[in-house]
Amino acid sequence: MPTPIITLKHVSRTFRVKRHLIKAVDDVSLSIGEGEIVCLVGESGCGKTTTGKMIAGLLAPSAGTIEFCDQAINQMARAAFRKYRLGVQMVHQDPYASLNPTQTIYDIIAAPLRHHKFTRAGADTRARARELLTLVDMTPPDDFLDKFPHQLSGGQRQRVSIARALTVNPSFIVADEAVSMVDVSIRIGLLNLLTRFRDQLGMSFLFITHDLALAKFFAWEGRIGVMYLGRLVELAPARDLIARPQHPYTQVLLSALPEADPQVTRNKPRIELRSMDVPSLMRLPTGCAFHPRCSKFIGNVCERVVPELTAAHGAHVACHLIKPGP
Amino acid sequence: MTTVRAFLIELGKTLKLLARNRVAFFGLIVLVTLIFLSYIGPLIWPAETKSNLAAIYQGPSWQHPLGTDFQGQDNLRQVIHGGRVILEIAFITGILTTLIAVTLGSLSAFLGGAFDSVMTELINVWLTIPQFPLLAILATMLKVSDVWLLAIILALLDWPGLARQVRAQVLSLKQRDYVEAAITLDLGTPHIIFREIMPNMMSYIAISLIFAMTGAIYQQTGLVFLGLVPLSGANWGVMLSLAYNRGAIYTVDALGNVLAPVGAIALLQLSLVWLARGLEEVFNPRLRTSV
Repeated sequence: MPTPIITLKHVSRTFRVKRHLIKAVDDVSLSIGEGEIVCLVGESGCGKTTTGKMIAGLLAPSAGTIEFCDQAINQMARAAFRKYRLGVQMVHQDPYASLNPTQTIYDIIAAPLRHHKFTRAGADTRARARELLTLVDMTPPDDFLDKFPHQLSGGQRQRVSIARALTVNPSFIVADEAVSMVDVSIRIGLLNLLTRFRDQLGMSFLFITHDLALAKFFAWEGRIGVMYLGRLVELAPARDLIARPQHPYTQVLLSALPEADPQVTRNKPRIELRSMDVPSLMRLPTGCAFHPRCSKFIGNVCERVVPELTAAHGAHVACHLIKPGP
Repeated sequence: MTTVRAFLIELGKTLKLLARNRVAFFGLIVLVTLIFLSYIGPLIWPAETKSNLAAIYQGPSWQHPLGTDFQGQDNLRQVIHGGRVILEIAFITGILTTLIAVTLGSLSAFLGGAFDSVMTELINVWLTIPQFPLLAILATMLKVSDVWLLAIILALLDWPGLARQVRAQVLSLKQRDYVEAAITLDLGTPHIIFREIMPNMMSYIAISLIFAMTGAIYQQTGLVFLGLVPLSGANWGVMLSLAYNRGAIYTVDALGNVLAPVGAIALLQLSLVWLARGLEEVFNPRLRTSV
């Protein structure tokens, strides 16, 4: 196990909507090590983005602690917090909204470089900006530096957004659906770019996606966490999770995954759900949140007791059916 | 020196961008001409002090291009002399209104909580008060004769509408992804306000400034026309008011006396509106047709 960079300890986050308390994230514990890739997958509204924002320090957890290099971020001294602040960066989902339309690409990249004194003179800043654009495969960089975001394509903007995150030399990047809004044809290129940063710069990634196929591709060397209605239901090395999914929800997700070969997809055994409706976050089911839909529902215990995430066969699973084991 | 040069370069760039939009550039030219006429014109053509009974209510002629008024004085000359006060009040009111509205509106959006609630309620109550009658009452009570006092009263009445719009804009802009990115990049609050949020509102603010100006012009001439502000000095509103009270509207030959100040007001308003159109393009890079 590499030294952990980000550790979540029983982290929860509730939102108040009118008089309802909504548990967006409920008791999530997770540790991500140096150079590791962890993918969070789940349906929309399952709390994966909220988890990402809490890690990036944009939202405070309502309960539990988040640690950066073994220090709780809400108890950090000023200098340590600054280190965390720059150490964890975020790449947003929508490349059309994540770049300020009034600034040129150079302005966007130069601002953090100058503000944190990574570069001194103007020429120095420009040289570094050129270097960063080259790093994200935007060559020749001088073609792009003086353009405005609206003059670039979605894929190019996403690269600029990655380059902006790299200005402060982060050790951890939260990529929130970072490729879901760009054309399918350039997704793989962007993902390979991110993988390259992990290999060359030793960066860690939390990759948030609703697309299990993407998670499978990107986290092949790392782990995949499956979230359902605010809780982490299964966390396992990607290969194991794909080959031997243990939680019934993971099994359903995998069986619903279309394969490139239509013949294979058609012949896949489909798992019948007891209900097609995702319960509302305002009225969460008691016990295991998945029980109203679970095909392996075993009665009483599922309705009453919230299953803990426990170690089982090389993974962590939250299900009453799974017997804890090595 | 370098800052002066940088400023001139920026000004040049802005003018170039403005020149791309013909309507806006025309508006700018008309506005600048009006400003020059109002400030330098009186030095060249001094005010007439005597009435000329032989030339009352004359139509346009070479000697009096816009005709003469009830005292036989030249209308064009009066228009030239009457622009300064109008322009000053328009500019001062516009800037004051925008300053108050932007400051209070963005503070309200940023601070939230109790300040925001109080502010929103204040704005709502303020907007329900009929503006012009209140202005009329205030103007009579305070005996406004000073440009600044009138401008301040107008600004105090005009800010709530704009403040509410600014608040809404800031509320929406501060949730944007690029603001989140600026937070994680630790660029600091001043950077977020002045570099990330404000530039996205500049076109809006500039246009609101111009509309605050046009509003001020109407309100001011309206007050003068109704005789609620002392009829001292030269002013397009005074001209119009005198023309009306002396019965110029009943004489066909006096048409110039009525139309001259009306035309001047309309031309100033039109130039401002034209200019506003082009400002949008100057501040919003997405609207620039070719770069």
